[in-house]
Amino acid sequence: MNLSLLSFGPEGWGGVLLTGAVMTLAVSVSAFLLGIVLGTAAALAKLSRHRFLRGVGITYTTVVRGIPELLVIYLFFFGTSSLIMAIVKAVFGYAGYIEVDAFAVAVLALGLISGAYSTEVIRGGIASVSKGQMEAAAALGLRRWMIWLRILLPQAMRYALPGLANVWQLTLKDTALISVTGLAEIMRTAFVAAGATREPFLFYAAAALLYLLLTWGSSRFFGKAETVANRGFAARAK
Amino acid sequence: MNFELMWESVPALLGGVPLTLQLALLSVALGFVLALFILAARLSRFAWLAALAKAYVFVFRGTPLLVQIFFIYYGLSQFDDVRASILWPLLRDPFWCSTLALALNTAAYASEIMRGGLLAVPPGAIEAAKALGLSRLKVLWTVTMPIAARQAIPAYGNELILMVKATSLASTVTLLEVTGIAKQIISRSYAVFEIFILAGAIYLLLNLAATMLVALAERRMTLPAR
Repeated sequence: MNLSLLSFGPEGWGGVLLTGAVMTLAVSVSAFLLGIVLGTAAALAKLSRHRFLRGVGITYTTVVRGIPELLVIYLFFFGTSSLIMAIVKAVFGYAGYIEVDAFAVAVLALGLISGAYSTEVIRGGIASVSKGQMEAAAALGLRRWMIWLRILLPQAMRYALPGLANVWQLTLKDTALISVTGLAEIMRTAFVAAGATREPFLFYAAAALLYLLLTWGSSRFFGKAETVANRGFAARAK
Repeated sequence: MNFELMWESVPALLGGVPLTLQLALLSVALGFVLALFILAARLSRFAWLAALAKAYVFVFRGTPLLVQIFFIYYGLSQFDDVRASILWPLLRDPFWCSTLALALNTAAYASEIMRGGLLAVPPGAIEAAKALGLSRLKVLWTVTMPIAARQAIPAYGNELILMVKATSLASTVTLLEVTGIAKQIISRSYAVFEIFILAGAIYLLLNLAATMLVALAERRMTLPAR
């Protein structure tokens, strides 16, 4: 095994791998944030008075969580460009090939998956906010959307933080699947490097180490975030 | 929508179900046994053994399954020693590499689920059993394990569904299970949505079956309320 292959500079792959790690982080953060938006919307839909909205929320989480992530990624990878091409052909009459940005595909697909898992977490967070708070806010004459925005959601997010940390770890690890689309994140760069140098063991070990660093670092980050989010609350007696 | 193509693709996609099920069942069974050993190590009196189990869980839960599969399938075959060993017939085969990676992966999660179940057993129940004069083995077998298993079943059910979905990664090392076949048909026909709906429905049905089995086990293990 030739460890100098991991060095930085023209002979080594260190720089390429690190760039891949930055790409992995960028995809994960974007997909996770999109997932929180989708998850909040779906959680509100599931708690809605309207049966139709509840149905939409339930279908979304059941279907997306029951189908392999890889299949969803293939759907977006092959599907978005053919969908856009069909629309462009119908509207503008242009029948050429249109390629969709791999990063956008990655964020859309992973965001959709991440959102399905976030939904349940956020719904649980909303359910944990005590009813008295809502009644108090209503008694103060706050409007419904103000109650949601100012009273319910901020507190729900605090309750949801540990669960969202789990969803983040899932999303981070799911980004490896995006390598099938050719986006140069950790897994893809490791694959290319392994092929070029015929040292798959070294490069997949390096990839594993990078992922471990990311998951370990982010679990510490979320631990800190929980401390900050709970700073105003006395520790429960054990 | 090309319904004709959809109809024609049903038998091909269903042809991948046996392989998907084989991968899932074999790796879950192997992973379950391995998880028992990891759990035993984790709860061991020997600090180094417990640390080893902890490190195992940290590594396998902290890295993507795809890395684990590629590491075993492509990474290990790099060495002449591996190629010369008696394990080579297994390690050159994408099916056994995928099964091994899936089993090692689920074992890490399952051992933590089991540990969670054990921690949820009320100490009073164990003390009561001891006070009744039951032997250590008897306490473990008739008190601790049934309560722990009952606590762990919902989480283990989730893990089963994750495993059914995880078998789709075997398609990245050339196996033609449901996802592999779906990808093959898609790249041949460009009928993305049609094939996605079919393959997705197959996985949803498999997972529905798994959910129902877990619910059944849960009901059978719950004592009737008095």
